[in-house]
Amino acid sequence: MSLAPLSLHKPNYLSVSNTLRSWLLTTDHKRIAILFLISITFFFFIGGFAAVLMRLELMTPHADVVDKEAYNRLFTIHGVVLIFFFLVPSIPGVLGNFLIPIMIGARDMAFPRLNLASWYLYLIGGIIVLTSILIGGADTGWTFYTPYSSVYSNSAVFTMAVGVFVAGFSSILTGLNFIVTTHTMRAPGMTWFRLPLFIWSHYATALIMILGTPVLAIAVLMVAVERMGVGIFDPALGGDPILFQHLFWFYSHPAVYIMVLPAFGVISELVTCFSRKRIFGYTFVAAASLAIAVLGFLVWGHHMFVSGQSAYASMVFSIISFTIAVPSGIKVLNWTATIYKGRVWLTTPMLYAFGFIGLFTIGGVTGLFLAAMAIDVHVHDTYFVIAHFHYIMVGGTVMAYLGGIHFWWPKMTGRMYPEGWAVFSAILIFVGFNLTFFPQFLVGYLGMPRRYHIYPEEYQALNILSTAGASILGIGYLFPFTYLLWSLRRGPRAESNPWDAAGLEWQTTSPPPTFNFEKTPIVTQEAYAYELVSQEDDLPGRPNPTEGEIPVLDAPPQEDQP
Amino acid sequence: MSSESSVLAHHFDDLEQQHEAATLGMWAFLVTELLFFGGLFTGYTVYRWRTPLAFEEASRHLDLWLGTINTGVLLVSSLTMALAVHAAQLSRHRAATMYLLLTVLLGAGFLIIKMVEYGHKFTQGIYPGSIENIHVPPELAAQGVQPNNVALFYSFYFTTTGLHALHMLIGMGLLLSLAVRTARGRLMGEAATRVEITGLYWHFVDIVWIFVFPLYYLIGLT
Amino acid sequence: MWDFPLFPEAASSVADRVDAIFIVMTVFFGFISVLIAVLLVYFAMKYHRSKAADHTPVHSKTWKVEIAFIAIPLVIAITIFVWSADLFFETQRAPTDTMDVYVVGKQWMWHMQHPGGQREINTLHVPVNQPIRLVMTSQDVIHSYFIPAFRLKQDVLPGRFTTMWFKATKPGRYHLFCAEYCGADHARMIGQVVVLSERDYQQWLSSGTSSATVGTAAAPRIGQSMAQTGEALFNQIGCNACHVPGDATRAPRLEGVFGREVRLANNQSVLADEHYLRESILHPNARIVAGYPQPSLMPAYADQITEEQLNELIEYIKSLSPEDTGAVRP
Repeated sequence: MSLAPLSLHKPNYLSVSNTLRSWLLTTDHKRIAILFLISITFFFFIGGFAAVLMRLELMTPHADVVDKEAYNRLFTIHGVVLIFFFLVPSIPGVLGNFLIPIMIGARDMAFPRLNLASWYLYLIGGIIVLTSILIGGADTGWTFYTPYSSVYSNSAVFTMAVGVFVAGFSSILTGLNFIVTTHTMRAPGMTWFRLPLFIWSHYATALIMILGTPVLAIAVLMVAVERMGVGIFDPALGGDPILFQHLFWFYSHPAVYIMVLPAFGVISELVTCFSRKRIFGYTFVAAASLAIAVLGFLVWGHHMFVSGQSAYASMVFSIISFTIAVPSGIKVLNWTATIYKGRVWLTTPMLYAFGFIGLFTIGGVTGLFLAAMAIDVHVHDTYFVIAHFHYIMVGGTVMAYLGGIHFWWPKMTGRMYPEGWAVFSAILIFVGFNLTFFPQFLVGYLGMPRRYHIYPEEYQALNILSTAGASILGIGYLFPFTYLLWSLRRGPRAESNPWDAAGLEWQTTSPPPTFNFEKTPIVTQEAYAYELVSQEDDLPGRPNPTEGEIPVLDAPPQEDQP
Repeated sequence: MSSESSVLAHHFDDLEQQHEAATLGMWAFLVTELLFFGGLFTGYTVYRWRTPLAFEEASRHLDLWLGTINTGVLLVSSLTMALAVHAAQLSRHRAATMYLLLTVLLGAGFLIIKMVEYGHKFTQGIYPGSIENIHVPPELAAQGVQPNNVALFYSFYFTTTGLHALHMLIGMGLLLSLAVRTARGRLMGEAATRVEITGLYWHFVDIVWIFVFPLYYLIGLT
Repeated sequence: MWDFPLFPEAASSVADRVDAIFIVMTVFFGFISVLIAVLLVYFAMKYHRSKAADHTPVHSKTWKVEIAFIAIPLVIAITIFVWSADLFFETQRAPTDTMDVYVVGKQWMWHMQHPGGQREINTLHVPVNQPIRLVMTSQDVIHSYFIPAFRLKQDVLPGRFTTMWFKATKPGRYHLFCAEYCGADHARMIGQVVVLSERDYQQWLSSGTSSATVGTAAAPRIGQSMAQTGEALFNQIGCNACHVPGDATRAPRLEGVFGREVRLANNQSVLADEHYLRESILHPNARIVAGYPQPSLMPAYADQITEEQLNELIEYIKSLSPEDTGAVRP
């Protein structure tokens, strides 16, 4: 595979300027990605710290580490911060921002300034939420259920809701940019069906962001309004608290897919690269992302089987929820089929990909338990649900995020991470994760409700296991944080394409120049043409599936950029 | 080419791509806005379906005349907006500037009338969250109308029209900055695109009102 | 320490059947998950790039495989859906011979009222093998009534009734939790459901400890049934001035009204269940019975009586059978 000529003497997007101003006013999508990387890491540790305190409290059945007021605030901080300020912007904000323009051969996002505005809105929302924590914190849980949140709670709900509202608009602007960029900024020859699956899954994510987030925004805005004494959901004022649940879950169920669809995209890239194979069933994997985005909007009622909703409505929500198993199953089965007869290279990113597929499978099938109404009635609002969605969000999204960060770290920073440490921490995180959350399935089916800081004694043993796992997991997360920082200065310099990967992002230098490519690339082949990369596979007698030549960097001269 | 490169942002290949991106971006944003207001209209629909008489009763207390005048004002402003877009596309600076300013003025007129309306309501003791000043006529109370439900109507009325007014303010700010640009003669292709997509936004805000007006002002008519 | 349960006790008529679905799903999906994990590890080893395995890319048409990938999960999903929906509907439809117990949730306790007049806080005594129906409401925020051993749960909402029913099958003491987060002491809004054998239950009823253990000041006289308390209240607040037994001139007759279709002034009809009785007491004008003046002459009792008193009135109305007077209604 021909590589772009290395031009190390030319400035890359990092070295082009070093002033604080050049960072804070940047419109370069890659720099904005780095800004997101720094800020979501900060919020990750805040939310993670809350989780550590909660797990410590839950080691014994009594309130001994924190009291009830503190515990209720901790799980609210944990949920709000990690969902709205880590998971939702994690892969899209960092990897999506960095990679989408490069992967489609563009110089930047369609709206660079809107992209920066998105980060600032994120930051402002984050600061408002931190303020809310400092002035006493909210104790409603991330779900803000009315009328508790809007009338009864004596905590900083208003500020917290405003923070979430503002962060929502960050998400909307990101989604808007992704959609328009994918539509209008593709390089010559980059047809829709040559797009990497990373782009497809982000496109589906962006659809949910622009369609779902405004509904969440208006729902939390109405909570904030009712907080000021204007009746909307409170039954005492003629309102209906269930209406809030409908509006909330109309966003918040699709939001689960905002969190996991980008992870699917990452895994498709990792699995193909480290199996040296084209993806099995490209069209199906791409279509599955869109199907999940669409179906995701039709299942919100499965959070409300015991809310008093009509049994017939529940039935409809239940069966549509079951059908989501199909596109999710397609993904898992196609990844597995991709590895079959591949040439597997077990790097750290691939280990994370394996971890993702396994854990997401468990998270997915336990989702079917929850879609089954008779079982959901029992396990709703218990630790079974907690375990389920942590398998999706931590076992799934965080694993994919870490895998993606390792995979593209050389591209983003120009440095390699230390492989030995990385493999060790990947295994540590996998073990710690399972030890933390698997016992929660059991304690959940036993009946332990969520949001309890004290609990009956017979649940203690499983809770101790879970806390032990959380300690391992917590330490596990510190390793990548440390060695990645270390690698910025001490890591070996990365080549343009250390993994021999397909994909336009590997055709430019590491790190890329400000406008990504020396020349606008012209794309002549599908994504994942790995079988053409590995020479030994060119068996005689088999028709060559490509026409023309492999190099993608074959562009007419472009006028120099200002 | 030189004039084109001055308005073409660095990351686009040509003006056509830039125009396409800006237009698609605004449409996508309007879809978002639609769902944003959609949440409010959903709440309205649910509560009105439960207590139609209370909503009709509350609606009768809104000022139908001012509401109608405001609808007219907004429709005319949509017309001037369309004329501004047309003038911008033909690079007629002065006409575009004039129509933009006219649109801003009409928007301001709308907001002033709206403030007068709010003022009337406040003097009647009807404000967001007020319930003690709501008196349900006995014949309606007989049919199950409770002050709570009437108050809910006003909750939605103030929230929806308040958010709508906020959108108008943002739109007027955008239009003013465009008017300054066009007045200075910077009405190249890219600026015309801006006028065009701001126009889309302005029409959207008008359309929201076209839904607000019958749903809030007219349902009490018999 | 290591003597802890891994599976909850099953003590209701549906518990074993919920468990059956759960176990079948666990075995089946456990198998699938393990299969995928094993395949991943096996492929990773067999097709490791250092091994001289068959790396021939699969270039045959993939759509046949994909159809299998779609069809098989779909069939499995629909099978489970039908199985679980069937059981769900059974848990939603109470049999007709239930004993109704009223529950009021409030921050942060459960208040139970038995038809026999017993009141309990955070403890519910019920006889074994007798279908029990809970008529529940909340005085403030949303709560959720959760009995893990019964595999049942139902949210308890302010301003309306929700119901759940169960038939306990095994005497014992079982956890009662509030499952919907309701504020500071959510984790202390717990209690127990005590399932008694028929003999023990009778003894509990007659012991009088039932209300003594409660210790509420407002507890009614021991030995007075809920309907009797309701009747006293009915007369005390003047309902009997118009709702005269056997006389429908000033207000609809209440004898036997419960559970019957009632014709309304707007020509529609409504089932006179707890929901309708609740609405008619709190907001008499909401749905007026055909043939009576509009507006209703009845005062609205919203904010005038407590949730518990409302339950007593409803229980009283439910206790009135049509045979109470000789009058026959068309």
